[in-house]
Amino acid sequence: MFTLGSVLDNELKSSVEDFSFETEFSTNQLMLPNIEKPFEFAQSIISLEKDLDENDNQPMFHQQKKEERKERALIKGSKGTTTLAFIYEKGTVVAVDSRATSGQYIASQSVQKVVPVNQYMLGTLAGGAADCQFFLGHLGRICNLYELRNNEKISVAAASKLLNNILYSYRNYGLSVGSMICGYDTRGPQLYYIDSDGSRLKNSLFSVGSGSPFAYGVLDAGYRWDLSKEDAIDLGRRAICAATFKDSYSGGTVKVYHIDENGWVKISDDDASELWYRYEEKEKKNK
Amino acid sequence: METYLGEKQQASQWSPYINNGGSCLAVAGDDFAVIASDTRMSLGYSIKTRYSTKYLKITEKCSIVSSGMQADIFTLHKVLKSRAQIYEQKHGKPMSTDAVAKLVSRLLYYRRFFPYYTFNIVAGIDDEGVGCVFSYDAIGTLERVKYSASGSGSSLIEPVLDNQVALKNRNDIKKEDFKLTKEYAIDLVKDAITSAGERDIYTGDFVEISVIDINGTHEEKFELRFD
Repeated sequence: MFTLGSVLDNELKSSVEDFSFETEFSTNQLMLPNIEKPFEFAQSIISLEKDLDENDNQPMFHQQKKEERKERALIKGSKGTTTLAFIYEKGTVVAVDSRATSGQYIASQSVQKVVPVNQYMLGTLAGGAADCQFFLGHLGRICNLYELRNNEKISVAAASKLLNNILYSYRNYGLSVGSMICGYDTRGPQLYYIDSDGSRLKNSLFSVGSGSPFAYGVLDAGYRWDLSKEDAIDLGRRAICAATFKDSYSGGTVKVYHIDENGWVKISDDDASELWYRYEEKEKKNK
Repeated sequence: METYLGEKQQASQWSPYINNGGSCLAVAGDDFAVIASDTRMSLGYSIKTRYSTKYLKITEKCSIVSSGMQADIFTLHKVLKSRAQIYEQKHGKPMSTDAVAKLVSRLLYYRRFFPYYTFNIVAGIDDEGVGCVFSYDAIGTLERVKYSASGSGSSLIEPVLDNQVALKNRNDIKKEDFKLTKEYAIDLVKDAITSAGERDIYTGDFVEISVIDINGTHEEKFELRFD
């Protein structure tokens, strides 16, 4: 690869490493416990809703064991969320809710589920919040380095490929990332879906999370390539609002972003229940 | 014991984690932050010690409280303290609260596959002098908030803070008419953790409360129920 780049990396590492104990900068990798089967252990301490739904058709005994594992699990994560993004003629629209749950407890109603990668690319958060936050932040750093080394903006396809390769190397470690990389580059508006299982998909619209079926319903019904900017933003907002209405794991506030050739802009931030009543009023007026 | 599928039931596996209980909370105002934690360390139905500190002052403008497993709290605080010192010696100035918040997040995520069983809250004054509170889960999800509670009493304390600090679900007062003063916040934090001590068996004994503002950190200690 780039020898110049890797030499600079080494210099940077050695200047930071004046002390001898192992840190998160010195090893370039996440710490693995020194036991026989580190991945099994890692997966057993964190229970994510995704793992628990897989064996729903199993006999009663297996389900009981699952309940025990869930109880013993130290950290209860959840793929409870709704995020969506779609591309259209004038750019990309990204809309998310803001609820984070830990089991049945609502841990927060104000989570930032959209992480800026750089001025013209956004990543969304679904699955394990810490995993997404860390890897999207890391992606931002790599993209910045790419721009400095190559004197050109990185394409959305390349950025999503970088993230995909990193996540593939952590496959089976029990990470949970269901992120969408949305941006606008020389090829126009772009949207990729990246998974911790190692998938990378390109499409014009995606919705991720427990509320995604409800969001897809509204999104698929109203989506066209030649939407106006106002209609596109409203479509994204309505879809998330519908998902927060029906899905208990989604809620909080509805945030909508728009990306075009000038970069990304936050359009609105509305409380989900208030938004629902506002739409209801509008319907009544139209009738 | 064998199931009809012919598999043996596994004996319950040893776990490296235990929960020593305890509650922590923090509230941020316009130019101050209040942070508090109880000091009881429990194991199962017993109390191991009535005074085991969960609070660490990192810089004059920033402190952390953690609940969960006392061993991991101790190690995390030890590492954090030394990293803050190294930063100060390298850069000639103490770490800003935002930097501390990010560092805690990275330290926690570094142990993603063998986490620290700690539920942390960092509170302090940011570079502009505005009070801030950062809350985390066990693997380092970072979120800046106005108030937060963690630990065994968190589900008892958090609704109180929702109602009294964020004024949620209140019909008697409007957001525009309400200003969170330092005295109000300190009283609220004291009352909240005392109430948690009434109804949560793992919260009690002593409370360490500290107020952080532009003049520095002021620490206090008071008693809760010993039962």
